[in-house]
Amino acid sequence: MNALTLPIADGWTIARRNALKIRRSPDMLGGVIMLPVVLVLLFAYVFGSAIHVPGMSYREFLLPGIFVQAVIMSAQITGYTLTLDLQKGIFDRFRSLPMAPSAVLIGQTVSDLLMNLAGLVVMAAMGLIVGWRVHTSPGEAVLGFGLLLLFAYAFSWVTATVALALRTPESFNNIATMVSFPLVFVSNAFLDSSKLPAPLRVVAEWNPVSTFTQAARELFGNTSAALKTSDAWPIRHAVPASLLWIAALLIVFVPLATRLYKKAVSS
Amino acid sequence: MSDAITAEGLVKRYGEVTALDGLSFSVPQGTMLALLGPNGAGKTTTVRVLTTLLRPDAGRATVAGCDVVRDARRLRSYIGLSGQYAAVDEHLTGAENLEMVGRLYHLGAKRSRARARELLERFDLTAAADRPVKGYSGGMRRRIDLAGALVADPPVLFLDEPTTGLDPRARAALWDTISELVAGGGTLLLTTQYMDEADRLADQIMVVDHGRAIARGTADELKDQVGGSRIELTVSDAAELETAREAVAWVAVGAMRTVPESLRITVPVTDGPEALRQVLGRLAGTGVRVRDAGLRRPTLDDVYLTLTGHQASGTDEQVREAAR
Repeated sequence: MNALTLPIADGWTIARRNALKIRRSPDMLGGVIMLPVVLVLLFAYVFGSAIHVPGMSYREFLLPGIFVQAVIMSAQITGYTLTLDLQKGIFDRFRSLPMAPSAVLIGQTVSDLLMNLAGLVVMAAMGLIVGWRVHTSPGEAVLGFGLLLLFAYAFSWVTATVALALRTPESFNNIATMVSFPLVFVSNAFLDSSKLPAPLRVVAEWNPVSTFTQAARELFGNTSAALKTSDAWPIRHAVPASLLWIAALLIVFVPLATRLYKKAVSS
Repeated sequence: MSDAITAEGLVKRYGEVTALDGLSFSVPQGTMLALLGPNGAGKTTTVRVLTTLLRPDAGRATVAGCDVVRDARRLRSYIGLSGQYAAVDEHLTGAENLEMVGRLYHLGAKRSRARARELLERFDLTAAADRPVKGYSGGMRRRIDLAGALVADPPVLFLDEPTTGLDPRARAALWDTISELVAGGGTLLLTTQYMDEADRLADQIMVVDHGRAIARGTADELKDQVGGSRIELTVSDAAELETAREAVAWVAVGAMRTVPESLRITVPVTDGPEALRQVLGRLAGTGVRVRDAGLRRPTLDDVYLTLTGHQASGTDEQVREAAR
């Protein structure tokens, strides 16, 4: 095997290990499957009865936002799992084997991507039950899910970086919760961000969560001519802006996480 | 015969703490060396350097002809490591753990599966093969971890405190397993805090203290250096200690130790059984009521006291804390 195929083959072995782990930990699997169900029901029925968006049902408006929120939440499993593994000796075992060192993070992020895919499937099914519909071509719908999954994968590397810098599950959880809640709520995921007061509005417009939500809305056709979206560049060009975000996250966080992993395991 | 492991002037520092202080040694191919020392002596650091988990600050080392720094990737395909803390995945079954390790040694899917079954049988884990490791006992965990080190049948094996924390029965069982491994002809480096373990498993023992080798030899050679066996005598009353000391002094070949609280005297002797007979004979007419008398092999503490002149000190925790 050469330098290119080795990380892929080893990464796949690690991903298989993680997939088995997920299957054996009902709490983790339950989180990924049940969280979307709860979120869809909660927001659709509680917020849905109080919030109205012009020209369309709130549930249609909401679902893409929930998709993005679930992606952000599920990607945190990558970081959390790494902090748990850091506490045990398993990385020592891996590092004493003639495997590609990068395979550990590749495998972890790939298996979490598969879990994210499962979560999205459950959530889309829940959405269809409560009245969410795709109004675009199947091709565009596939692009929409593809974009969400790419974001999920890129965001896994972000949580991996944070986890490898903090190294304990407790501190990782604290930071992850503290960052992800404002990130998701100061955005257009659950409400029409153009109604927010000026400083919050600007934050929401440039928040990547808004960009991805807007891109998903466009690709699923969950938009309305009556709903005036922002003029900010990342909202007006949501799909290309999303792709730029994905590229930027990967370019910054893949090498950073890889470096931090080497540091974390060699002390 | 060529050396499977060589280390020359290895140095590793964690801030203020010097874990390895110019350690040099070699292990000829097909032999077993035990690194014996207390917590914090540098045993685990040595294993971590030799298995490429840690870069030395100075010095050089080779394993199976590969440099630990420059040739790390190739080196890893020649070694098996079983650590102090069982490095297995709790959520995976025993079989899945071994199969994963096989795949990461690039044995291929089929061969990895077959090898896993083979090792499970050899380590008497067939019944537990398809249960998650989480439910294994301490002894079973050590066995599966040890099996993990053997998946690729590596020519050089590192076992870092393989029995620490095990109950006596599990320890004896693991010793049997390791002895069998060793009979196969591979090279083994073992670390331990227990003299009897080093004695039982290794051809040669190297005593390590503060990151330096302070003695090396067979178990018997080392024990002779610390005065062969010891007589331990316990009396019934503190008033009898002085008389007992006089009787014991006749056979002593080293410093006598008295612990008044427990009414006990310990002394190194050469011909153990004969010395004990003499001591008891001398005490017979004195009215001293001997509560307990016996012969005891030197412990690690004795070796330390004699070889280093100080009690075993410093803990792994201190070294590890300093490493953070």
